[in-house]
Amino acid sequence: MVNFILRNIWQRIILLIFISIISHAIVHLAPGEPALVDPSNPRMKAEDIQRIRAAFHLDEPLHVQYVYWVKDLFTGELKSFKDNQPVMGKIWERFLNSLPLFVIATFITWCLAFPVGIRAAVHRDSTFDRSSTFISYALISIPGFFLSYLVIIFMVKTFNVPVLGMRTFGLEDASFLFQSMDRVWHLTIPALMSAIAGTAVLSRYVRSQMSEVLHQDYMRTARAKGLPEDQVIYRHGLRNALLPFITMFGLTIPALIGGSVIFEQIFSWPGMGRLGYEAILARDFPIILTLNFMTAVLVLVGTLVSDILYAVVDPRIKF
Amino acid sequence: MSESITTLEMEAPPSKGLFQERWDILKRNTMAYGSFWFLMFLLALAFFGKVLTRYIVVFDPKVVRLSEKFLPPLTVFKSSITPLEDAPTFGIYLFGTDELGRDVFARMLEGTSVSLSVGFVAVGIMLTVGIFFGGIAGYYGRVKLGFITVDTIIMRFVDIMLCFPTFFLILTVVALLPPSIYNIMIVIGLTSWMGTARFVRAEFLALRDQDFVAAARSQAIPEWRIIFIHMVPNAIAPVLVSATLGVASAILTESALSFLGFGVQPPDATWGNILSDGKNFLFDAPWLTFIPGFTILLVVLAFNLCGEGLREAFNPKMKTTS
Repeated sequence: MVNFILRNIWQRIILLIFISIISHAIVHLAPGEPALVDPSNPRMKAEDIQRIRAAFHLDEPLHVQYVYWVKDLFTGELKSFKDNQPVMGKIWERFLNSLPLFVIATFITWCLAFPVGIRAAVHRDSTFDRSSTFISYALISIPGFFLSYLVIIFMVKTFNVPVLGMRTFGLEDASFLFQSMDRVWHLTIPALMSAIAGTAVLSRYVRSQMSEVLHQDYMRTARAKGLPEDQVIYRHGLRNALLPFITMFGLTIPALIGGSVIFEQIFSWPGMGRLGYEAILARDFPIILTLNFMTAVLVLVGTLVSDILYAVVDPRIKF
Repeated sequence: MSESITTLEMEAPPSKGLFQERWDILKRNTMAYGSFWFLMFLLALAFFGKVLTRYIVVFDPKVVRLSEKFLPPLTVFKSSITPLEDAPTFGIYLFGTDELGRDVFARMLEGTSVSLSVGFVAVGIMLTVGIFFGGIAGYYGRVKLGFITVDTIIMRFVDIMLCFPTFFLILTVVALLPPSIYNIMIVIGLTSWMGTARFVRAEFLALRDQDFVAAARSQAIPEWRIIFIHMVPNAIAPVLVSATLGVASAILTESALSFLGFGVQPPDATWGNILSDGKNFLFDAPWLTFIPGFTILLVVLAFNLCGEGLREAFNPKMKTTS
């Protein structure tokens, strides 16, 4: 077991090195340098551009730049090109904003997907099954920003609550209860919107897993023993159907950054996705690279944890 | 003995080819079958739309009529300022007009071919790269290069690609490259091939030890021919499914990129950029948002249902017992 974990960690570290090299190459080889963001500015002379490039090590060969980046990243010296703030501090600040959104969205996803999926699998080919199938396909197929606009309009018109941003401006003196209600309103709608596609996909997986398990022999045995139907489905069926979802948990982590760009943009939520989007617009290479790197780390840690959990939960798996 | 076998064969229904058999299964799934014909209709629409907006200009998406802006759908043309040759075809704005007085119906028609070709070209690239890498990994999997096998190299590369947050990567590349419709197609294609490669590899692992491959090898047929002519058609079922679903997600990705301003740039109209332009006038002219929005929903839904129907039809557990 320890051997397996160590080997896995070692493999993932190698993978991580390759990922960082590839993403560094992609970002640096693409046209458009930070020094060229404002080409129409008459005050930018050739020597200024040269000075900026030297300051950011952009005039060095690519592999030297890579070494600089890695060294700065691990000593915590990495500074943003745009405002010379430490990259880790900026990302941490945005991470704290993104985290509640991600946690609540994941919570909504799992709480909605499982009941729907299980019910659809148990009552196969019923009206509920057919309509939930159709609705989940419709929810996957709708562009996220289109649906969000419809919901924003609906919320603002019917409930008269502002939903953009993290809090309503000018409520700093309001009572604590009022402020927290305001925060909850602002949090719920973006979390719900970013949970929708995930819910639809996950409920399909739950349904197919459950309907596979329902035909197993041990289910028939459990029924033959005379157990109540609820116990058969939830104790014997669901427990076995749950296993593959441990792996899925690790794969939902990249959504923390990548999947949230659109929703954070619509709801003006100052999170990590938006930080990445702003960094891309400003050619702020250290932030783009570090965000990419951190996502990769999160994915690899997530898959490692789910591999280990899988082995712990499922006694049939041996190393 | 032989007699009974022949009678059995006589009684059995005439055997059908694989595709005929699977087609019959697909037919039973009404939603998937309906979506299939809807998509065929859409392809025809895209073709005629291209012809009618570009070559034989019946519906002109580029005419700007500033006095006619923000007209709701089904408005009859009766302006005295706009010259008569700029009037919409049949004298009616079927889907209304946008902020420049352009005919939304003509623009949607033009966008059909552009949006679909973004989807199809991206999926073409995805399939080419995916089949190539998956085929190589599956066929030459045991060959060693130095101390690691070909299979390990390729599948580790797939793992690396899967670790990138896809949309973020697409956004990075598209934002840094000069805006062009081809860049978007290529980038979407190059970031979505990993699933296909995995499916093809899995199929190839089962296929490479089968008799027909051994027979082909014994005839000294070149290996690239064995891979791409003999084996790929046998692994086509999962590829077909992921291609159909891939078109759906490519159209959605394009519209998301358009929303952020990195999509297909004007003057090319796509559903995505009509929608993202239209959202600025959501209260004055809701049809500019709703028409492209629901079109995307409908078309992507059709692709998804059709792909899911194909997946079920090609599932070997499904039998033609009806």
